[in-house]
Amino acid sequence: MRPFDFCKPATPENAIEDAVGAPGSAFVGGGTNLLDLMKLGVMAPERLVDVNRLGLNQIEPIENGIEIGAGVTNSDLADDPHIRQLWPLLSRALLAGASVQLRNKATTGGNLLQRTRCPYFQDTDVACNKREPGSGCAALGGELRNHAVLGTSEHCIALHPSDMAVAMRALDADIVICDANGGTKSIALRDFYRLPGDTPHVETALNHGDLITSVRLPAPTGDRQIYRKIRDRASYAFALVSVALVLRMENGQIASAALAFGGLGTMPWRDEAVDTVLIGERPSEALFEKAGETLMSGAELRPGLEFKAGLAKRALKSVLMEATR
Amino acid sequence: MTLDLKIDDKADGTLPSPSDDGPIGADTERRDGRDKVTGKARYAAENFPEGLLHGVLKRAPGLGRTRLVNADTVRALPGVRLVLQDDRMVRNAAQGTAGEAPVQGTDHADYVGQPIALVVAEDAETARYAAHMLEVDCEGADFAVALETGETDPDMGEESTTGDPDVAFKDAELLVDQTYSTPSLVSAAMEPHAAVAQWDGDTLTLHASLQMLRYNRAEIADCVGVDESQVRILAPFVGGGFGSKLGISADCVAAALAARALGQPVRVVQSRRHVFEVNTRRSETSQRIRLAAKLDGVLTGIGHDARVSNLPGESFSESVLQGTYFTYAAPNRLLRNNLVRLHRPAAGSVRAPGEAVGVTAFEIAMDELAHEAGVDPVDLRLRNLPETEPGSGKPFSSHRLAECLTRGRDRFGWNETSRQPRQRREGDWWIGSGMAAAVRVNMLMDAEARVRLTDDGRAVVETDMTDIGTGTYTILGQIAAEALGLSPDKVDVRLGDTAFPPGSGSGGSVGAASTGTAVWLACQEIRRQLADQMNCDANDLVLRHGQAICGNVSRDITDMLAGKALSGHGALAPGEALEKVKQATWGAVFAEVMVNDVSGEVRVRRMEGTFAIGRVLNSRTARSQAQGGMVWGLGLALTEGVSHDARDGHMVTRDLAEYHVPVNADVPALDVELLEDRDDWTGPLGAKGVGELGICGSGAAILNAIHNACGVRIRDLPATPDRILLYL
Repeated sequence: MRPFDFCKPATPENAIEDAVGAPGSAFVGGGTNLLDLMKLGVMAPERLVDVNRLGLNQIEPIENGIEIGAGVTNSDLADDPHIRQLWPLLSRALLAGASVQLRNKATTGGNLLQRTRCPYFQDTDVACNKREPGSGCAALGGELRNHAVLGTSEHCIALHPSDMAVAMRALDADIVICDANGGTKSIALRDFYRLPGDTPHVETALNHGDLITSVRLPAPTGDRQIYRKIRDRASYAFALVSVALVLRMENGQIASAALAFGGLGTMPWRDEAVDTVLIGERPSEALFEKAGETLMSGAELRPGLEFKAGLAKRALKSVLMEATR
Repeated sequence: MTLDLKIDDKADGTLPSPSDDGPIGADTERRDGRDKVTGKARYAAENFPEGLLHGVLKRAPGLGRTRLVNADTVRALPGVRLVLQDDRMVRNAAQGTAGEAPVQGTDHADYVGQPIALVVAEDAETARYAAHMLEVDCEGADFAVALETGETDPDMGEESTTGDPDVAFKDAELLVDQTYSTPSLVSAAMEPHAAVAQWDGDTLTLHASLQMLRYNRAEIADCVGVDESQVRILAPFVGGGFGSKLGISADCVAAALAARALGQPVRVVQSRRHVFEVNTRRSETSQRIRLAAKLDGVLTGIGHDARVSNLPGESFSESVLQGTYFTYAAPNRLLRNNLVRLHRPAAGSVRAPGEAVGVTAFEIAMDELAHEAGVDPVDLRLRNLPETEPGSGKPFSSHRLAECLTRGRDRFGWNETSRQPRQRREGDWWIGSGMAAAVRVNMLMDAEARVRLTDDGRAVVETDMTDIGTGTYTILGQIAAEALGLSPDKVDVRLGDTAFPPGSGSGGSVGAASTGTAVWLACQEIRRQLADQMNCDANDLVLRHGQAICGNVSRDITDMLAGKALSGHGALAPGEALEKVKQATWGAVFAEVMVNDVSGEVRVRRMEGTFAIGRVLNSRTARSQAQGGMVWGLGLALTEGVSHDARDGHMVTRDLAEYHVPVNADVPALDVELLEDRDDWTGPLGAKGVGELGICGSGAAILNAIHNACGVRIRDLPATPDRILLYL
């Protein structure tokens, strides 16, 4: 890997200063993704700013919700009693991801910024618009399996691989950010990610030097929470399709529903039209199938990815049946 | 003194056989286990001689003529010592037992990923960075990269016809005619290929991760242009091989060349991606299988028509027919295998080459026939077992398949009445069971060993044999202990050094029986020397508790040695036995699976394997080998496969996050029964191979269970959820 600076700031302010001081800097939390990509030459930050000593590892109940420090590890977050009690969806999604060893290192902030597993992105010998803007996309016309069918563009079909972020989309998370001017802002997760369009290298709303300090979850909108992940082996595999559900029933009707999906989109996917199909209705197979049709209506099923439509619809229907039983 | 044995015939009792209650066969903990789990065992890349430099291979990003664009710039980077492009570097790993250099050269790339340069620096990170900065231009070439479009090599075909198969297929009362496909597979050994090379004058010392040192020494000598006697290879610990380390690879040769050029030791560790590309994969296969049968399931015709691939210049062809030749009888047969030349990474031996994929496909076809005929799958197999080897008429040295099938059926609790698919459901899960026969040819290979009995009551075994994780250290200690009347902890076993007599090496499941027999012979030679001193027949000599006992005479062995050690050398040669008999190992695997009706996901609930492998040398390590094979079968059936880019053939799947070997959560309890067997055609030990048998039937048992569970027949492996879902 390329030689790089390594900073170990003690406060968020110092971390941001360190980052702003070098245009090619990157924050590093657990490093479970970044270090691999550095070894492969896919990412070559000139400076790494270690954000593990910023005191961002608390999980605290706040008014009407909970605030999760960006440095909280996936393991600690999954085990947290508040999370397990009120946001079990998140706990289950975390535990469905990676391996114990990786979860012990991976952080909340880092996981939100996890890069795609597209093998062409990870191969510096082939073209990739995300890795090298304007160079082309070797995945198009290549071997497709872990690629996106929703939110794609002719420039990029890279899939977002996170489980955690899918759950957080269904839970309406807000991302709290400190910026270079010393300000703090909060961005709804739905506004945090960017579709690839013709700038697939721009993945989030973050500006250089912006530091994620925490994630806030509002009180859950439903007591029925499910994370269903379908994958090629029983553990340590990325989702072929995953479904995150938060749902509440009232008088035999679906009073609220929030669904998010992994394994389908260029970002953790939420389509509020799917929720709208369901809300106010009585559960039925026909209704759930309609929700699936709505979800996949805009899908681009490139060769090798055709299976995702059927799999997503079946998974969605199954999860909804379970939630409304 | 040496005792040589060539196996031309059945053992005639001239040489003693092991007892049934001694150290051989006992459930014994592996003697290197503690060192391995505590990190004390030193693997190739963990040798750090003074002045060690670090080399990183550079891969070709494309095909055709290659050119290093900026070698001078990279050479000038701080810490970089050498950018090596040498005609002697190898294109890919040597094939097993080659004993000579594989295809060499760096000026053109025959496959994407071919190593074409080595960058050496003072530390590994600098070397990796510099290799990354090195730009390679590939001219490009319009090579065939897919099985469907490649050309058949006329010199590599294999075809055997018996009777009139066309008529048999045409007139069949029942006919199964299906085509099965298996993808490229890799060994994925835990330890990556690595070498540390050091020259002392014209003598090369190579610490490497290799399986068969006697051949490897000749290969590296041929590659770098020195005499074999100038090479010493050390591989005392090898972190898995599975065939991928049978021959020397690019790390060994590049490290040796760079160390020579720089006058300093050089270490080359292949990155995981290089491991995928540079070392031989299991070929993808396409197999059309035709089974003609009478209504009762008795076979009248067998067709097995396969296509496999390899790079031009490679002599290896995946021998998918190997099990088909002798497993079932049929008067009419057409067995054909064609090799297609492709510019994908080279293919070679991967655990159970031939049977792993050939038996798997065939055993699925047998299940299809059982279903067509309405005959129980176990009975179908029993009805079609041959008396002698089909074709040749040779007797089997030992035939235990029927016993494995019936014994396995009983232990598993096989339900003969639930052979219709989709009969059992629990929630979203379909439950079903399946079975398959397992066969694997058995061989012996040349092997030598030396044993010394010292006057402190200990023995030392020395051979260049490797222990690739199978338990070789342990069983060789047990064999010497048994022969010399010692407890195994009194025997030191030294392996993996070409300064020792050449063992068989580890590969083709031959190691335990071949080198084990050489050790047994060396010990018999020592016994003969002791018997001579006591003027008795060696066969009447009993060694026990430090005493040599002959009739009424008992002498203290320490006194007899009088301060000197006794040394024995043993040499085994395969001989003509296999021209007279057909020899194989036998098994049956039963599996229960569940298939999710929503997602197509498969979970294996339990697996049961019954295996006849000759004499069991250590019931614990033998069981582990069988279980490891069964896990491989699970991966073959459900999760493993390399995808190649259709445009240039490059391996798209080349890390362990995307190449899915089964993880613990995928593997249920694996119940193994080893049927004790004494095959007299393997020499005085009566032992055979075990490392490869477990994989041969396990994949098919799982795939057949999937059909029984949900009615979906998967003929294109692996059975990933999307493939099952297509038919659910």
